[in-house]
Amino acid sequence: MANHATTRAGEAHGSAKSYNTGFILSIILTVIPFALVMHPVLPRATTLFVALIFAVVQVVVHLVYFLHMNRSSEGGWNLISFVFTLVILFIIVALSVWIIWSMHYNMMIN
Amino acid sequence: MNMQTLNHSRVDGHASAHDGHDTGSLKVLGLWVYLMSDCILFGSLFASYAVLSGAFAGGPGPKDIFDLPYVLVETFALLFSSITYGYAMLAVHRRDRGAVLRWLSMTFILGAVFVGMEINEFHHLIALGYGPQRSGFLSGFFALVATHGLHVTSGLVWMAVVWHQVATKGLTPTNVTRLSCLSLFWHFLDLVWICVFTIVYLIGAF
Repeated sequence: MANHATTRAGEAHGSAKSYNTGFILSIILTVIPFALVMHPVLPRATTLFVALIFAVVQVVVHLVYFLHMNRSSEGGWNLISFVFTLVILFIIVALSVWIIWSMHYNMMIN
Repeated sequence: MNMQTLNHSRVDGHASAHDGHDTGSLKVLGLWVYLMSDCILFGSLFASYAVLSGAFAGGPGPKDIFDLPYVLVETFALLFSSITYGYAMLAVHRRDRGAVLRWLSMTFILGAVFVGMEINEFHHLIALGYGPQRSGFLSGFFALVATHGLHVTSGLVWMAVVWHQVATKGLTPTNVTRLSCLSLFWHFLDLVWICVFTIVYLIGAF
């Protein structure tokens, strides 16, 4: 992606090519997990794993091709704030789920 | 190092000050920081959904109430609205006001289709007696999906306002900044929807 002087935060001048690439990748990454869930051919655990991996990849595709997040946009500040947010998200989501799951387990709720 | 780069890009902004880039790019960065805090809001809702997703209280489970082909159409409406907004931004950089307004209208229609489909889904569930008060699972589901829907709805209101401003005042530096901010917001909502359809609908319905 070109590093223009006029780069905005998250709004480096995306080209038609980068939007189209992101769009086609997104379609592929959406259709495959839907197809796998609607017409199961793989074992259950594999399907769930594939769906999660495809979601993570599609999030990255959106960040790169649609939100134009890269190290040059806005001097890297949006990338730094994003990484910081990921840390907070991990603490909130993963640790909450872990804590409540252990609580359910120990109280034999499920 | 980063502070220096930031200052540097602001100096660059002054060099092309006719575009209003110096203050504009700081505003866009500010919106980005807001989006990051929104991430944390959605993260909390996802965590509560994950915790509550097994609490059916004798009510329906995800397999009974989710219609995947319907969700796929919703997903595509939002995905297509992302690419049409992308084309609107390309038209902004070409300074083609007519094209900006056309692509914005198309984005608005696709976003409205998404919101309409979601309201229809909610109405259907509540009519069956599967409202948010039915079980913990449904509370978590409605809280998460409706918060996303509310964001898309406010995005539509914002888009209508920006459309009007571009139509009357043209692609002024202020309007370009507004379009850039809305662009980030709109693509961000599509990104959140990826997590919603994977974690709520696909994993739930499987």
